[in-house]
Amino acid sequence: MAEASPLAPRGAGRLVAHFWMVLGVIVVAFPVYYVFIASTHSTQTILRPPLPLLPGAEAAQNYSDAFSGGISRIGGVSLWRLLANTTIVAMGIALGKIAISMASAYAIVFFRFPLRMACFWLIFITLMLPVEVRIQPTYKVMVDLGLIDTYPGLILPLIASATATLLFRQFFMTIPDELLEAARVDGAGPWRFFRDILWPLSLTNVAAIFVIQFIYGWTQYLWPLLVTNSNDMNTIVIALKKMISFADADTPWNLVMVTSVLAILPPILVVVLMQRWFVKGLVETEK
Amino acid sequence: MARILLNDVRKSYAGNQVIHGIGIEIADGEFVVIVGPSGCGKSTLLRMVAGLEAISAGTIEIGGKVVNDLEPRQRDIAMVFQNYALYPHMSVRENMAYGLKIARMSKAEIAARVAKAATMLELEPYLDRKPRALSGGQRQRVAMGRALVREPAALLLDEPLSNLDAKLRVQMRLQIKEMHLRTGQTTLYVTHDQVEAMTLADRLIVMNKGVAEQIATPLEVYERPASEFVAGFIGSPAMNIFTVRAGDGGVTLPGDAVLPLPGVPRDGELRLGLRPEHLRLAQEGEAAIPVLLRSVERLGADAFGYGMIEGSEVPMVLRLPGTSRAERGDRIAVVPDPAHLHFFDPETGRRVEG
Repeated sequence: MAEASPLAPRGAGRLVAHFWMVLGVIVVAFPVYYVFIASTHSTQTILRPPLPLLPGAEAAQNYSDAFSGGISRIGGVSLWRLLANTTIVAMGIALGKIAISMASAYAIVFFRFPLRMACFWLIFITLMLPVEVRIQPTYKVMVDLGLIDTYPGLILPLIASATATLLFRQFFMTIPDELLEAARVDGAGPWRFFRDILWPLSLTNVAAIFVIQFIYGWTQYLWPLLVTNSNDMNTIVIALKKMISFADADTPWNLVMVTSVLAILPPILVVVLMQRWFVKGLVETEK
Repeated sequence: MARILLNDVRKSYAGNQVIHGIGIEIADGEFVVIVGPSGCGKSTLLRMVAGLEAISAGTIEIGGKVVNDLEPRQRDIAMVFQNYALYPHMSVRENMAYGLKIARMSKAEIAARVAKAATMLELEPYLDRKPRALSGGQRQRVAMGRALVREPAALLLDEPLSNLDAKLRVQMRLQIKEMHLRTGQTTLYVTHDQVEAMTLADRLIVMNKGVAEQIATPLEVYERPASEFVAGFIGSPAMNIFTVRAGDGGVTLPGDAVLPLPGVPRDGELRLGLRPEHLRLAQEGEAAIPVLLRSVERLGADAFGYGMIEGSEVPMVLRLPGTSRAERGDRIAVVPDPAHLHFFDPETGRRVEG
């Protein structure tokens, strides 16, 4: 498909380059591979060194155990429920962030209103306040609103995003003024301009931000831990942590590894699917 | 299609006036070109008509309706931008149809209008392409098409040809002229190119520093420029303009030669303008302007001689026949055509009539 880039090294240089790349891939991928291997052995095998490097025979047993709900350690909540919770939270955070940051960037770039720059700087300043810093007041607000143990409680506090707002602002500022003016002359109001012109042109950015924020939401630990009391509302990351918070011999490592594999799969899926899609988007818009 | 009326239109930015009261009545179907050097406010004026810039004072009427406080979409105008501003994610067809779609026109009517414009602009093979797959000239035609399908009261063009190469520009110029003849669209066209201005316009607005120096037909502007600025701006090569002292039925040239001239409007200091094409070689013994040539450009049909009036530093451009063998260092005596003399007031720069 793609032709060799003129920058691609040849001969020995190429071998060296490939060696380093393969090494890099191994370093990054080996732990993941190992999680998968461990998920196919019994706890006894895992705990007795040396660790095997090839898949074992207990794969079917482990996976069916994990799904059939034999895990009293995570409070009798099924893996499906945990995965569903996490998916809802991660999607909610990713889509919510995109909606809010696009809306605020649209306002800041394309509208003239009093205190416009003040608003921009306020948003910007929140970059310097990570969730952890404002966690106590945020928790209080959630309690007062009765949002403990609810999806909104898990999602809403993590939605506001200065980073995504800034990214969209930078992108919107590259849209030539004439495009806006042409749309105005064509009769497009603010909503139509957004829907018909800005949104289609932003899709590649939306895809990139969706991927990043989905993974951010998927791997959240501290906030879901605080805002959920009932095991029903746990996310998979918390469930994982709960499974291994016992003495080593007591931990069903094989099931932990199965859960880990299942926890990794959805983000990988999102990355793979979206990546293909936004590369296509990049080629199409060509700016 | 409609009349456009500009009534003492002004524009200021933060108290700084950039358009100083321009008034013109543009008839239905008229093609008016706003021409001037960059920064003269010509684009600003057009954008005020379009509704993209607020009007600081005065009124603009389109089709008998004051549009000062109307959004562009309520003004019934269409505009072609210098960089075309095509929607990059839409096909040529969608680009042209977009405005009509917003106006909630029926699908059949949209299709018919797009097809008609595509035929006129020879865009049919490209209707399903995206703008990035088009050449500059094709993009320009799409921009024209997008404006034409609207069938607006007024068509506004902001330097539509300046991003094209020279050959294409000539082609498109002819096409725009022909299209105007066919559609009879009231058109306001901004350019800095005097050839475009002269060839396209029914009437010209020559602008300089936010002032309309002259509003007239191209020929009037050429034959009777209203000010020294207009005289120097329109015509190629530019008119020779220099200070003379008038008196006793003639003028004293720079370098102290005396030239008898008919129709000198008044005595005293004046600026005299002579177009290169209105100077002829002097007969033996005739009173003439002595010019010392510094260089000659031969273009085949014509030759242009660049020199100075003898005894001064005042530059003169002469249009010589293509067969002329004049060389650098030659002394050439030329006589102005008395039917084409232009006098301007040295203070105000305005034309002085006899």
